[in-house]
Amino acid sequence: MYDVIVIGGGPAGASAAIYLQRFRLNVLMIMKDLGTLGRTNHIDNYWAFENTVSGKHLVEQGVAQAVRLGVDVVEEEVIGIENFESYKVKTTKNEYEGKVVLIATGQAKPNIKVKGFREYIGKGLSFCAICDGFIYRNKKIGVIGNAEFMLEELDVLRNFSDDITVFTNGLGLPLHIEEEIKEKLVTDPLCEIQGDEVVKKVVTEDGEYEVDGLFVAIGTPSANDFALRIGAFIENNYIVVDDNYMTNVPGLFAAGDCIGGLLQVVKAASDGAHAAISINKYLKILK
Amino acid sequence: MPNKVTTDTFKKEVLESDIPVIVDFWAQWCRPCLMLAPVLEEIAKDFEGKVKVVKVNVDEEGYLANQFRVSSIPTVYLFENGQVKNQVIGLMRKEDLVKRLGL
Repeated sequence: MYDVIVIGGGPAGASAAIYLQRFRLNVLMIMKDLGTLGRTNHIDNYWAFENTVSGKHLVEQGVAQAVRLGVDVVEEEVIGIENFESYKVKTTKNEYEGKVVLIATGQAKPNIKVKGFREYIGKGLSFCAICDGFIYRNKKIGVIGNAEFMLEELDVLRNFSDDITVFTNGLGLPLHIEEEIKEKLVTDPLCEIQGDEVVKKVVTEDGEYEVDGLFVAIGTPSANDFALRIGAFIENNYIVVDDNYMTNVPGLFAAGDCIGGLLQVVKAASDGAHAAISINKYLKILK
Repeated sequence: MPNKVTTDTFKKEVLESDIPVIVDFWAQWCRPCLMLAPVLEEIAKDFEGKVKVVKVNVDEEGYLANQFRVSSIPTVYLFENGQVKNQVIGLMRKEDLVKRLGL
C-alpha cells in the first residue's frame, strides 16, 4: 500500500509528490497525460526562466524530477476513487491502494452545452450512477459519454435496468469502447433534453429517445467527478478544502486549479507543497 | 441523531408537525448522502426546538421517494405546515444548505 497516491502530474501534483518523497513517504503519482499545462505553449510569468518556456517542458521536467527523487509514476487514466478504511484508486489498467489521496487534476471542465441540460440536473439528470442508479431500476436509462469513464458508469447501471441507451453526443467512440457496449447506441449530437418536472426525452439530430433517467460521464472524469462520488464538498465548480488542503472526507486532499483561486503555475506548485506538508502531518496522526 | 421516518410515520412526523421539518432522502450506498449526514446533524442541533430533521431511506421507502419524485440523492425537503416549502438536491456545506432551504 502506498502512503499517498497523487492524481495528476502537473505543478500541484508533482510538487506535492516531490515534497512527500522527501518526507520519506511511499508515493505514487498517476497522470493521464501532460494535462492543460502541457498544451500551453508560452509561459513568461513563471519565476526563474529568462526565456519563454512551454508548459509541456515544465510538466515533463517536473515529472522527471519526481522520478529522479524516487516517486513512482505511472501514465494511466484514473476512473474512480473508493474509500473504505484506505483508498482504492482504479485506473483503466490497474487498481492501487493508498492511505491518502491527493487530487491535483486541474480545473474541472464545463459540462456539455445542450438545451435543457442545466435545468434537469438533479431532476433525472445525474452525475453519479452509484448514487442514483437505484432510483431508475427497471426504467429507461440514458448514459452520455464516449470513453472508459462512461463504461464504468454503464457497468453500475446494468445492475438496475436492461433498458439502457448510450449517447455519445457526436463525440468519437474508440473501437475498444464500442465493443464493450451491448446496449442501444446513439452517436449523433444531442440537441435538447426535454421533460416536465423531470427528464422525459433526449432529442438528438436524428431522433428522439424516451428516458426516465440520464447519467452524464463524458470523456475523462474531472476532479469534481471524483469529489462528487466520494462525498467531498464542491462549490462553484471547485473542490472545497480546509486550511490544510483536506476536503471534508478524511484523508482526501486536493490542490492546484481544482480548488480554485489563482489559476497559475506558481500557485499550483505552492498548493502542492502545502498539501504535502499537511499530508505528512496527517499520516503521523493516523499512525 | 435524526429520526428515521417511514411511509407509516410520515404523516404524523412530517405533515402534522408543529414545527418545520427537514426530510433527508438518502441511501446507504450513496457516499454524498453519508457525508451530508453530519451536516444535517449540525443543523438539527443549531435549530433545536425550531426545526426537526428526519431521514427517509429511499431503499426501504420507495413509495415515499416516488411520491416526492426523488430522482437524485441526497435530496432534502423542507416541510412547513404539511406543505413542501423548499427542495435542495446534492451535497453541500451547512451554511449553503441552510441558505438554500431558507431557514
